[in-house]
Amino acid sequence: MNTLRILGGIVIDSVERLGRASMFLYEVITGSWTLLRRFYLVVQQVYAVGVLTLLIILVSGLFVGMVLGLQGYNTLVKFGSANSLGLLVALSLVRELGPVVTALLFAGRAGSALTAEIGLMKATEQLAGMEMMAVNPVTRVIAPRFLGGVIAMPLLAALFSAIGVLGGHLIGVGLLGVDAGAFWSQMQNGVDFQDDILNGVIKSVVFGVVVSGIAVFEGYDAVPTSEGVASATNRTVVYSSLAVLGLDFILTALTLGEV
Amino acid sequence: MINRKSLELWVGLFVAAGILALAMLAFKVGNLTTADVVDGYQVKANFDNVGGLKVKAAVTVAGVRVGRVTGIAFDSNKYQAIVTMDIDGQYKNIPVDSTANILTSGLLGDQYIGVEPGGEETYLKDGDTILRTQSALVLEKLVGQVIFNKASETEPPK
Repeated sequence: MNTLRILGGIVIDSVERLGRASMFLYEVITGSWTLLRRFYLVVQQVYAVGVLTLLIILVSGLFVGMVLGLQGYNTLVKFGSANSLGLLVALSLVRELGPVVTALLFAGRAGSALTAEIGLMKATEQLAGMEMMAVNPVTRVIAPRFLGGVIAMPLLAALFSAIGVLGGHLIGVGLLGVDAGAFWSQMQNGVDFQDDILNGVIKSVVFGVVVSGIAVFEGYDAVPTSEGVASATNRTVVYSSLAVLGLDFILTALTLGEV
Repeated sequence: MINRKSLELWVGLFVAAGILALAMLAFKVGNLTTADVVDGYQVKANFDNVGGLKVKAAVTVAGVRVGRVTGIAFDSNKYQAIVTMDIDGQYKNIPVDSTANILTSGLLGDQYIGVEPGGEETYLKDGDTILRTQSALVLEKLVGQVIFNKASETEPPK
C-alpha cells in the first residue's frame, strides 16, 4: 500500500513539474517579444553561450571529422569505394553528428553554466529582488538566455559540420591519398540541400530550444541552496542529453519517413 | 565584464562565421547550385522495368545532366512503368526518336536515365512521350542468362 502511494507521489510530482516547465516555457517565449526592443541583452547572451562555446565546438568538430575520415576510409577501402569518403563524412556530419554532438557539448558547456547562473541568482535572492522592483525576471533574465541559446545552437552546429568536413578532407585527401576531386564531387552529388542540410538545421534548432529550455527551467526551479543549485546543474546535463538523443531518433524517423 | 564594443564584435564574428559555415554546407557540400531545373518541360517514357530508378535521379544526354526524374508511376493497363522527367528549358532540341536508357553509374552507383539522341528533325515538346526505351539491367536476370547459356553449351541437346 505504501509503495503504491510512493509511486503515485512520484507520478504526480513529475507531471506537476512537467506542467510547470511548460507554463514557464510559454511565459519565456511570450516574454521574448518584448526583447526585440532591448536586443542588446540577447547579444550579451549569444556571446556568453555561443562565442565562449566556440573553442570546444571547433576542436571537437575537427577531431570528429578526422576520425570519421580515418574510420570511413578503412571500411570503404575494403569495398574499393574509398572515393565515397567525402560523401560518408559529409552525410554523417550534416545529418547526425553535427547537431547531436554539438547539442551534447552545448548542454555540458553552456546549459550547465546557464542553470548554475540562474540558480545562484535565485539562491542569493536576486530574482526576488528584481520582482520587488517590479522588474519581471522572466523577461529580463530568463528570456535573453533562452533566446541566446536558441540563436547560438544552429550556428554552432553548422560550424561543427563545416569544420568536420574540412577535418575529413585533411585526413582523407592529405594523409590517405583520396582524390580531392572525387572527394568533393561525390559529396556534392550525394548531399541534398533540402533532405540533408535543411534537416540538420531543423534538428539543431529543435535541440537548441530543448537544451536552453531545460537549462533555464532547471535554474529557475532549483531549490535555492548551494546543494539545490548543484543538483539542478546535474539534472540539466542529464535531462538535456537524454532529451537530445531521444528526440534525435524521433526526428530522424520522421524525416526519413521509413517508420 | 567585457566592454560593449568588443562584445558586439565577437558576437558579430560568431554569427558571420556560423552563417558562412551554413553557406559552405549548402553550396560546397550540398548541391544547391544545381538543384532545380529552370523553366523546363515535361517528357514521359514507358519502361518495362525501372529497376532501382528513383525520383530526382539525373537525366543525361552524352553524360551531361539535362534534367531530373520527377515521377515514377505504374500503368496498370500496359503493366509498364511511366517515368516523368523534367528537362531543362535550354535543351530544346532533343529529337523525338531518341532512346531513353536506364543506366547505372559505376558498379554500385545510382541509376539514371541516359538519352541517346535520334536523327529526326522534330524535337520533343512538353507532354511528349519518348517511345524508344530500354529497361534497367537487372543483375539477377543477367546472371541467370549467363548460367543458362553455359549450361546449354556444355550439354548439347540430344
